[in-house]
Amino acid sequence: MIQASWRKCMGTTGGRSSIGALFVRNRLATFGLAVLAAIATIALVAPILPLPDPDITDLANRLKPPFSAGAPLGTDHLGRDMLARLMWGTRVSLAVGIVATLVAAVVGSAIGIVAGYRGGRVDNLMMRGVDMLMAFPYMLLALAIVAVLGPGLMNALFAIAVVNIPFFARNVRGVALGIAAQEFVAAGRLSGLGPIRILWSELLPNVMPVIVITMSTTVGWMILETAGLSFLGLGAQPPQADLGSMLGDGRKLIIVAPHVATIPGLVIFVLVMGINLFGDGVRDVLDPRLRSGALTRPSAATAVARDRSLPEPVLDRDSAVLDVRGLRVGFHIGDEVYRAAEDVDFVVHAGECLGIVGESGSGKSVTALSLARLVATPPGRIDGGRVLFHGADLVEAPLEKLRAIRGEDIAYVFQDPQTTLHPLFPIGEQLAEAIRAHHDLSAATVWARAVALLDKVGIANPTDRARAYPHQLSGGMRQRVSIAMALANRPKLIIADEPTTALDVTIQAQVLRLLDDLRREEGAALLFITHDFGVMSTICDRVLVMYAGRIVEAGDADAILNDPHHPYTRRLIDCVPRLGDATQAIAAIPGLPPAANRLPKGCAFAERCDRRTVACEAGEIPLRTIADGRTIRCLHPITAGGR
Amino acid sequence: MQAYLVRRFLMTIPVLLGISIIVFLIMALIPGDPAMAILGSYATPENLARLRADLGLDKPLAEQYLTWIANLLQGDLGRSYSLNRPVLDEVLDRFGATLILASSALALCSVFGMIAGVASAVRQYGWTDKILTLLVLVGISTPSFWLGLVLALLFSVKLAWFPASGMLAVYGGGGLLDLLRHLVLPAITLSVVATGVIARLTRSSMLEVLRQDYVRTARAKGVDERRVIYRHAFRAAFVNIVPVIGIQAGFVLGGAVYIETVFQWPGVGRMLVGAISTRDILLVQGGVLLVAAFYVLLNLLVDVVQHSLDPRIKT
Repeated sequence: MIQASWRKCMGTTGGRSSIGALFVRNRLATFGLAVLAAIATIALVAPILPLPDPDITDLANRLKPPFSAGAPLGTDHLGRDMLARLMWGTRVSLAVGIVATLVAAVVGSAIGIVAGYRGGRVDNLMMRGVDMLMAFPYMLLALAIVAVLGPGLMNALFAIAVVNIPFFARNVRGVALGIAAQEFVAAGRLSGLGPIRILWSELLPNVMPVIVITMSTTVGWMILETAGLSFLGLGAQPPQADLGSMLGDGRKLIIVAPHVATIPGLVIFVLVMGINLFGDGVRDVLDPRLRSGALTRPSAATAVARDRSLPEPVLDRDSAVLDVRGLRVGFHIGDEVYRAAEDVDFVVHAGECLGIVGESGSGKSVTALSLARLVATPPGRIDGGRVLFHGADLVEAPLEKLRAIRGEDIAYVFQDPQTTLHPLFPIGEQLAEAIRAHHDLSAATVWARAVALLDKVGIANPTDRARAYPHQLSGGMRQRVSIAMALANRPKLIIADEPTTALDVTIQAQVLRLLDDLRREEGAALLFITHDFGVMSTICDRVLVMYAGRIVEAGDADAILNDPHHPYTRRLIDCVPRLGDATQAIAAIPGLPPAANRLPKGCAFAERCDRRTVACEAGEIPLRTIADGRTIRCLHPITAGGR
Repeated sequence: MQAYLVRRFLMTIPVLLGISIIVFLIMALIPGDPAMAILGSYATPENLARLRADLGLDKPLAEQYLTWIANLLQGDLGRSYSLNRPVLDEVLDRFGATLILASSALALCSVFGMIAGVASAVRQYGWTDKILTLLVLVGISTPSFWLGLVLALLFSVKLAWFPASGMLAVYGGGGLLDLLRHLVLPAITLSVVATGVIARLTRSSMLEVLRQDYVRTARAKGVDERRVIYRHAFRAAFVNIVPVIGIQAGFVLGGAVYIETVFQWPGVGRMLVGAISTRDILLVQGGVLLVAAFYVLLNLLVDVVQHSLDPRIKT
C-alpha cells in the first residue's frame, strides 16, 4: 500500500506541481530553506570575501571580544579572526556533512535495492549484516572506526557515513521489496532487460522518495556527529578547522572567553535546525499519508456550526425516543464541503425498530454516528438541524451531558468488531468499563455483571472468556461482545451500524436474532443501519431509504418491500435475492452516486434513473407524503404493481 | 511467553557473536602493524617481536580470533598499555559511571518526551502544541556538546548552582546528594535530543491511535475523555513508544561520549576518547565490546517488555 502511494506521488504530474505550492503553505520549511541557503551562500563566497586569513595567528590580539575593531566576532586564543574562521569552518562542516550523507545514501541505497530486488538468501545475508551494524550504539561504532583509522577529518567522515548506512539500507529495502514484486518489474525482466537496467530504470526512480526522506532525516545528524568527532579531537586536525574543532578549542576557554566556543556551536545549531525544518517540509511533500491530513485528532464530539434557522420541535412527536429534524452533516476538507447528510428527518418511537437502508456513501452511517456526535471532527461538522432525545437537543448538549447519555441511554454496535474493540484490554474489562462509566459500583459487582452480560449474549464459559483478548475470539464472538457492551446499561435506544456486515452469512443470522431478541427483552428501540434489504426486512418495523445524503423514501418495512415507489428503492430491492453479497449486486445499478462535494441541484438519482424528465434536474425535489406514514422524494414514483 | 523468552534469548547469541567479530576486527584491521601502533615507531625490534608473539599476531586470523574469544570468556580482555592495568578492570570501573549518567538521561527523556508528546497531540494545532513542537525542533537540532558547555557556563560558572565537572566533589565528597548534584547538568544535557525524538514519536503515535475505531467505541460507551486519552489511546500508543525508547538508549549511550568529555564524567566514553588518542587499542576494544554487549541485552529487555505489553504479538 505504501509502495502504491509512493508510485502515485512520483508518477502523477499533479503531485509534482503541487510541491511548490506546498512549500509556500509550509512557512517553516520555507524558513528552513532560507536559513540553509544563507549558510550555504556564506560557505560558498568565503574565499572571495575580503577576510583575514583564518589560519594566521596574531598573539598580540588574542581573545579579543566580539564587536572589536577589525574583528567583528573577536579573535581566538591564537589571535585568529573568528569571523573568517567561522566562515571557513562552516564551509568544511557543510562539505563534510553533505559528502558523508551522499556516501551513506549511495552505499546504503545500493544495499537496500539489491537486497530488496534479489530477495531470498542475498537479502537475508545483507540485512543480517546491516542488523549487526545497528546492534552497536550509534556513536560507539563511529568511535571504533576512528580508532581503527586514526583521528582525521576524512576518517571521521567515513566513520559517520558507515554508521548511517543501515538507515538507508533498511528504508530502501522495505520499499524495494514491494516494488520488485510488481508487474512492471516482471514485465521489464520478460522483455529482456538486464538486472542492472531494471535496478536503475525501474527500481531506483520508485525508491527515490524514500532515499530523499532518509537523507533529509540523516543529514542533520551527520553534520552534528562529524562536528562532534572534531570536538573530541578525533576529526579535523589543526591547522584545518571545522565548526566542531573550533568548539573543541574554545572549550578550554569557556570561562575567560565564552565567545570562542559558543559562536561556532550556535552556527551548528542554526544550520542543523534549518536542515530539520526543511527536511520536515520535504517529508510532508513526499509522504502522502501525512499530506492527506490523516494525522489529525478527532475531537471528543462532532463540531457544530448550525447556520440556518433551527426547525421548531413538533409537539406531537414528544412521545418519540428520538426525533431528528433537518439534520445536516458535512465534511469540510480544505475549501471543499462534502455533504454527507442533508435535511434528514425521522422519528424513532419507543420499542420499535427503524431501518436506514442505502448503498455505501448514502449518508446512513454518518447520520447514525452524528446522533451522539461521534462523527470525527475534523473533518466532520454538524451544519444544521436538531437531534431531540426525549425532547432534549443533543446537538447543543455540552460534552459532559453527551457523555452521560452515550452508552447509558443511547448505545452503539459498530460494524467491524475486529477494530472496534480495544486490542490491548480483555473483553471483560471493556464491558466493565462500559458499566463503570455510568454507575459507581464496586469492582466485584461490575465484574459479575460483565460476566453475566457475556452469558446473556451466548458466550460459553463467560467467567474464563471475560479474561480473553479480542484477538482470541472469532468475529461472531466479538460482535456478541459488542452487543453485550451496548446492552450493558439497558439503553433506551440502540444504534446498530451494519452490525453483521463483517460476519459470515450463517453467523449473521444468529447475531441478528440475538440483537433483536435482547433489545425486545429490554424494551429498547433499535435504529438499524444496513445496505442489505434482506437483512432489514427480517427485523425492521419501518424503513428509511437514503441516497446521496437524503431520505428518498420512508414507510412501513413491509409496504416498501412489497411496493416500492422510488425508482432507487426498486433497484435496491431487486438486489435482495443475492443475500450476503449485496455490494456486488448493487453495482448492477448503472452509474455511480454523484460526488458528495458536487451534488446536482435536482434529484441526485436522476442521472441513473430511467424515469427522469427535465423537471427532475431542474430543482430540489421535496419529500412529500403520499399515504399514511409513507413519504417519497420523487416526481415520477412507481405506482402499485407497475415498473 | 516462556517459549518466546527462550527463543528471543537464543536470538541474541548470533548478534553477540557478530559484535565480537566486528570488535575483534578493529584490532586486526589497523593499517600497518598493531604492535607498532601500540609501542610507537621507536620500539626496538626485539620488543616488537615479543609483543607480536604476545598478541598472537604471527598466527592466522581465525586462530587469533578463537584465542581472543577464549580469553574473553575467561574475563581476560588483555592489558591496557597506557594505564598498565587489566582492560576489564578499567572498563568495569568506568562502566558504572556511564550507566548512572545514561540511565538518568534515559529516564528524563522518556518521562518528559512522553508528557510533551501527549500534551502536543491532545492539543493538536493549539498553542501548547505549537510551542512544544518548536521546543522539540530546537531540542533535536541542538549539538549536545555545545549545550553542555553553555549550561556549565550558565549554571556552574555564573550561577554556581551545580558543579560542572566530575562525579563527586574532590574533597569531602560522597553521598547520594553529592552525586545527584553532579549528575544534574550532564544528565539534562544528554537527555535533550532524545526527549525531542520521543516527544515527536509520542505525538504522532497518539494522533494515529486517537483515530482508531476502538477510541470511538470508548467514546460511544460514555467513557470520560481524560480516560479515553490516557487509558485507551496512550496505552495503545505506548506499545509503539517502547521500541523507540530502546533505540534512544543506544543514542544516549553513544552520546555519553560527548557529555562525559564536557563534564569530565569518569565513564567509558571519556575513557574511549583518551584511548583512541593514545592508540590504546585493547582498551578501545574492551570498552566498545562491553557497551555494545550491554546494548544488545537492553534491546532484549525492550523486546520482552513490548511483548508483555501487547497480547497480540505471537512470534
